[in-house]
Amino acid sequence: MQKMPQWADVVLIPLISLLLAALLSALVILAIGENPWAALKLMVDGSMGSTYAWGYTLYYATNFIFTGLAVAIAIHARLFNIGGEGQAMLGGLGVALIALYIPWPHWTLALLGGAVGAALFGAAWALIPAWLQAKRGSHIVITTIMFNFIAAALLNYLLIGALKPSGSMEPATGRFPEATHLPTFQDMFSTAETALFRGAPVNVSFFVALIACVAVWALIWRTRLGYEIRAFGQSESAAKYAGISPTRIIVVTMLISGGLAGMMAINNVMGEAERLVLNAVEGAGFIGIAVALMGRSHPFGVLLAALLFGFLYQGGAELALWTSIPRELIVVIQALVILFTGALDNMVRMPLEAMFLRLRPAPKPARKTEPAE
Amino acid sequence: MDFLTLLQVLDTTIRLATPLLLACLAGLFSERAGIFDIGLEGKMLASAFLTAAVAAASGSVLIGTLAGIGAALALSGVHGLASITFRGNQLISGVAINFLAAGLTVVVAQSWFGQGGRTPQLSGNARFETIDLPLAAEMRDIPILGPIYAELISGHTLLVYVGMLAVPLTWWVLFRTRFGLRLRAVGENPAAVDTAGVSVVGLRFAAVAICGLLTGLAGAYLSTGLQAGFVKDMTAGRGYIALAALIFAKWRPWYALGACLLFGFLQAIALRPDVIEGTLGFEVGVQLLDALPYILTVVILAGFVGRAIPPRAGGEPYVKER
Repeated sequence: MQKMPQWADVVLIPLISLLLAALLSALVILAIGENPWAALKLMVDGSMGSTYAWGYTLYYATNFIFTGLAVAIAIHARLFNIGGEGQAMLGGLGVALIALYIPWPHWTLALLGGAVGAALFGAAWALIPAWLQAKRGSHIVITTIMFNFIAAALLNYLLIGALKPSGSMEPATGRFPEATHLPTFQDMFSTAETALFRGAPVNVSFFVALIACVAVWALIWRTRLGYEIRAFGQSESAAKYAGISPTRIIVVTMLISGGLAGMMAINNVMGEAERLVLNAVEGAGFIGIAVALMGRSHPFGVLLAALLFGFLYQGGAELALWTSIPRELIVVIQALVILFTGALDNMVRMPLEAMFLRLRPAPKPARKTEPAE
Repeated sequence: MDFLTLLQVLDTTIRLATPLLLACLAGLFSERAGIFDIGLEGKMLASAFLTAAVAAASGSVLIGTLAGIGAALALSGVHGLASITFRGNQLISGVAINFLAAGLTVVVAQSWFGQGGRTPQLSGNARFETIDLPLAAEMRDIPILGPIYAELISGHTLLVYVGMLAVPLTWWVLFRTRFGLRLRAVGENPAAVDTAGVSVVGLRFAAVAICGLLTGLAGAYLSTGLQAGFVKDMTAGRGYIALAALIFAKWRPWYALGACLLFGFLQAIALRPDVIEGTLGFEVGVQLLDALPYILTVVILAGFVGRAIPPRAGGEPYVKER
């Protein structure tokens, strides 16, 4: 049945897709009259050349781990959650309310409270699309897209209205109190002599993201619920026959997915901005799609893909700073990664499978004789 | 609200509804043939940019529009390749196309014009001129009907009339021609079409190409009719509103016209908060008006106001049994 070895499926196909995307991006850079090799060097330097650069790369990666996991777990139930953007926006709202209106004694408790608030708000925003998919059969992709726009309008409304401190002109909440400020890597790893990660926004949420990776892995492959989610994703009718309720799986999966997307807010809202601003998510919800596809919906793959996109994001910012290449080049690369790993998967897969099939016939007869001995 | 203000708002409604309508009909052809297309936004954006760029360079809006249609067709080709030839996930392909257009337009615009991701302002022949229908000036003095004809119906650009004519044309093609029957069949039951000896792949590519043509027109209208030049992200979610209108219209051309006019009206009155307050007597948040098309679509999807049932084979690649 298996047309090619597992390592090819897990490593080779994403790698080839990534190379194709990189090649096309290089062509785009060439076409606008810049040197792709110089651009790459600049990106590597700017995103990994110093602890400061790493601090930004890891900060972005933290966002993408959360949104990537959110998309990945939904994919296991064959649901395409394109609403990570809106869910992360609502997560930001949850964090803001909790940080502003509850007097926290210490940042550890505030982080816990913020994470719970972010997850609850994100999950709540995924609940209606999930319920509509489960009960009314309306397509979750369409409803989650609609909810992205509704979330943007809602936040817009709140940030120029109820949540804006009086006298302020900016559409943002007031600053969060001191006790909710999360320690950054600079606070954690710098010694008296050497300041590491100086001024970079990466903070303790990165470790929460790593824990989330492990938790999602355990959930998907080591729990009954995870089994049910995967079974449902493989075959809805078989899952139904086995007594798994589709409604329950759709709703629970989307709640977890929305919660994970929402939890991104502890990084960008609580950890970095320390207040809620307009458009705080900056497209990270959509990058989650690319990250999940690239990482083959496996938490470890998501982690690697998130680091890759953190590198691209920070490297892209450096490119925009030092060359005439605009930041939007990253959006092009992101699109190409989604295209090749998601939609044109078969274009890479079919020739590879054919190649492995051609390579295989030789050892086959040898294996057949073994049991006879 | 007096009569003249009403006419003004309705006039804006028609102008704002046109790109929605063209994109909505584009989605209609594609989805009726079983190819989901959430890449409407990206195709409009690509076309809006290339139309404006070529119109600025050549000084002719028609050449620009052709280039814009070419850009949209190229992206349609990518979508077709991914979702028909390689049987990939149509939704993911659409997402990729949206990002591709959002990124490439700015990168290329910056490289060509160096104005921070916009094209130069267009004027003269590089834009679509408004067309005064015959007798518009003479009929203006007739009460009620005169202003309606002169203000509301006359005096739009070519693509507005193209959009309006596209509605009966779409209806005719889909419901009165053999091609339309086959196109709808391929969205409901491709195996039956295949059994009848008609190419599923060919029909679906044709539908995707029509979708590219119409989104190309929608994009061209955005940058040369509605506005004078391309700016970054100028579609501003219109592709998704068109998608919402398509569901609202339950995949039918005349209803699509109604849905697009309704959503266009919501956009038009959002520009006139004074009129809303004067008519309703209280203030309505602009954000609520922005979100209303999406909220209405969710309500429709929830099935509270009649069910919206998509074409049955939508979103599924067709695999011939061997």
